[in-house]
Amino acid sequence: MDAPAATETLTLVEAARRAALQEMRRDPRVWVLGEDVARGGLFGQYRGFLDEFGPDRVVSTPISESTIMGAGLGAALVGTRPIIEMRIFDFAMCAMDELVNQIAKVRYMFGGQARPAVVVRMPHGIWRNSAAQHSQTLESWFAHLPGVVVAAPSTPADTAGLLVAAIRSDDPVLFFDPKNLFGVSGKVPAEIAPLPFGRARRVRRGDDLTMVAWSAILPDCETACAALAADGIGVDLIDLRTLWPWDEDAVAASVARTGRLLVVHEAVQAAGFGAEVVARMVERLGPAALRAARRLGAPRVPVPFSPPLEEAVKVTAAKIVAAAKAALGA
Amino acid sequence: MADTAPAGHNARRLVDLYRTMVRIRAFEETALAAHRAGLMPGPLHVSIGQEAVAAGVCLNLRPDDRITSNHRGHGHAIAKGAGIAGMMAELFGRAGGHCGGKGGSMHIADFSVGMLGANGVVAGGIPIAVGAAQGLRLIGSDAIVACFFGDGAINRGPFLEGLNWAALYRLPVLFVCEDNGVAAFTRADEVTAGAGAVARAQAIGVAAESADGNDAAAVDAAAGRLVAEVRAGGGPRLLHLRTYRLLGHTSTDAAAWRPEREVAEARARDPIARLRARLVDAGTPAAGLDAIAAAAAAEMTAARDAALAAPWPDPATAWTDVLDADRAGAA
Repeated sequence: MDAPAATETLTLVEAARRAALQEMRRDPRVWVLGEDVARGGLFGQYRGFLDEFGPDRVVSTPISESTIMGAGLGAALVGTRPIIEMRIFDFAMCAMDELVNQIAKVRYMFGGQARPAVVVRMPHGIWRNSAAQHSQTLESWFAHLPGVVVAAPSTPADTAGLLVAAIRSDDPVLFFDPKNLFGVSGKVPAEIAPLPFGRARRVRRGDDLTMVAWSAILPDCETACAALAADGIGVDLIDLRTLWPWDEDAVAASVARTGRLLVVHEAVQAAGFGAEVVARMVERLGPAALRAARRLGAPRVPVPFSPPLEEAVKVTAAKIVAAAKAALGA
Repeated sequence: MADTAPAGHNARRLVDLYRTMVRIRAFEETALAAHRAGLMPGPLHVSIGQEAVAAGVCLNLRPDDRITSNHRGHGHAIAKGAGIAGMMAELFGRAGGHCGGKGGSMHIADFSVGMLGANGVVAGGIPIAVGAAQGLRLIGSDAIVACFFGDGAINRGPFLEGLNWAALYRLPVLFVCEDNGVAAFTRADEVTAGAGAVARAQAIGVAAESADGNDAAAVDAAAGRLVAEVRAGGGPRLLHLRTYRLLGHTSTDAAAWRPEREVAEARARDPIARLRARLVDAGTPAAGLDAIAAAAAAEMTAARDAALAAPWPDPATAWTDVLDADRAGAA
C-alpha cells in the first residue's frame, strides 16, 4: 500500500498560490498578467512570483481590462499559456468583448486553428461589504456562454486542483475564485494533481434531501446541514465545483435516492444556474421522481453596502435551513 | 497624379505589389459578383480601392510574422499569403474553408501563414495583436505583429489601451491605421475629434507617421522602414494610411450618400491603376501586366468554381472544434 501523499494545511488563497507556482515552475510557457501581480496581487495570490520568474512572466499591467483580457488571448494564439488576472470579477465587465466575442469564440469560429489556452481568474462574490460593483456573482452568464469552462470551487484543495487543471487546459477556463473564502484553511497535497472538470464532490451524505451548491455559499450550506441534522434531517450535500461542464450524473443519482432537490447559490435566484439544475433534473428523472425541486438565491436587487442591508439580501445559513424545511414539507 | 518611386524601389518589387493588389481586387470582385447573384450567404465587406495598404505592408513581413485584421480583411489575408482556395470556400460556407465554414468572410483566419484572424468587432484585433507580440517575445521569437484596423477603431478604448500597452512594454507591433475616411455610413471626420490617429499615437509615445495609402510604393517604403525599426527592438510604430473605400460598407450598400464627384475623383486615384501607369512609364511591358491581371482573374474564377462545387460542411461538424469537455460529454 502506498504511503499517503504528503499534505499541508493551507488557506485557500495560499493553496491557489501554490497551484500557480507549481505550474509556472513546470511549464515556462505559463505566465501571469494583471494589475499589481508583480506586487503579489490584490490577495497575495502571486506573492514571490516576481522574484522567481521575473518581469516578463509576472506582468503588472495598466488598468486596461480590455487589453489584459485581449492580450492574454493574443499571447495564447502564439503558444503561451497566460493566467489572466482580473483582480475582481466585476472589473471583467470592462472586457466583455474580449471575453465573450473573442476568447469564447476563436477555437470554434476559426475551425479549430486556435487554441485559446487561457485561465481567466475572477475572484467573485460578497466580501467585506464591498457593495454593488465589487460583490457580484454572475457565473450563470458564463454557463450560458458556449466556448468556456466555468470553475467555481469552494475549498483550498479543490481550488488548487482545479487551478492546475485550468492552467493545463487547452480550452479557456473562467476561474471564479471564492474571494470571501480566501482565508479558509484546509488540507492540500504537496504535489497538486489536476482535478478533472465536471466532477462534483459529496460534502456530506444524507437520505432526505439533495442540496446542490458551489463556491462561497458552501460553508453556509454546511452550517445549515449541521442544524438540520440536529433536527434529524439528513442532507446529501453536493458541491458542483464546476458549472460547465457540471456533474449531472452525481446530482441525478442523489436526487433519484432522496426525491427532493434544493439548489443554493449566492447569486440572484432569478435565471441563476439553479434553474438549470432543477430543469435538467425534471427533464432527466421526470416530474414524478421529484417531490420537491426548489432554488434558493438572492433577491433580484444589487448587493447593498450597509451591513444590515447586505445581510437582508444575502443567502444565509438560516435561510438555507428554512428553504430545506420548506422543501421537506412539500 | 505623378508617383515617384523612392530610391531602392526596383521594378520587380513594384510588380510584386501589383500582383498582390490585382489578386486582392480579383478575389473581391469575384466574391462580390457571387454575393450579388445570391450565391454567397452572410455579410460581405470588400476593400476595393484599398489594396495598396495590405500589399505594401505585408510585402515587408516575414512568413513567421503575425497579423491581426478587421471585418474588411480579405486583402490583409491574401497579402499575408493565405490560401485562396480555403478563403473562397470559407466565404461560400463550404467544406474546405479555412475555418470549416464556421467563420465566413468576417472571420477568415489562416494560422499557417500567421494570419491570426479577421474580426467582426471594430478594434477587436488591437489587444490580440499586442498580446501576440508579448507572447512572441516570451517564447524567444523575433517575429513581429502587424495590426490592421480602420479609422473607426481609433475611437474605441482598445486603441488607447493597446497603444499604451505596446509602448509601455516596447512590443514589436506595427499598428496600421487604414483610414478610408468612413466608419460604416458615417464620415470619420464627423465623429473624430482632434488631429486623428497620428496625433493620438504620438501623445502616447508611439512614433507615428502618415503616407498615401493609395500609392503602393509609398506604403511599401514607409512600412519597410517602420518594420525594420520595430524588428530592431525600437518598440511599436503606427503607420496611418489614407485611402478610399470605393464601394459601400457591405455588398448591399450602394453608399449613395456620397457625391458622385467625390467617388469619381477617388476612382482617378485607384491604387492599381496608378501603380500600373507608373510601371508602364518606367518601361514595364503592358502585356506582362495584363497577363498578371488575367492570371489573377483566372485564379479567382477557378477558386470560385471549386468552392461552388465543394460540398456543404457535414452538419455533424457543427459539433466539432468545441470545448474538449463538451466533446467528451457528447461522446
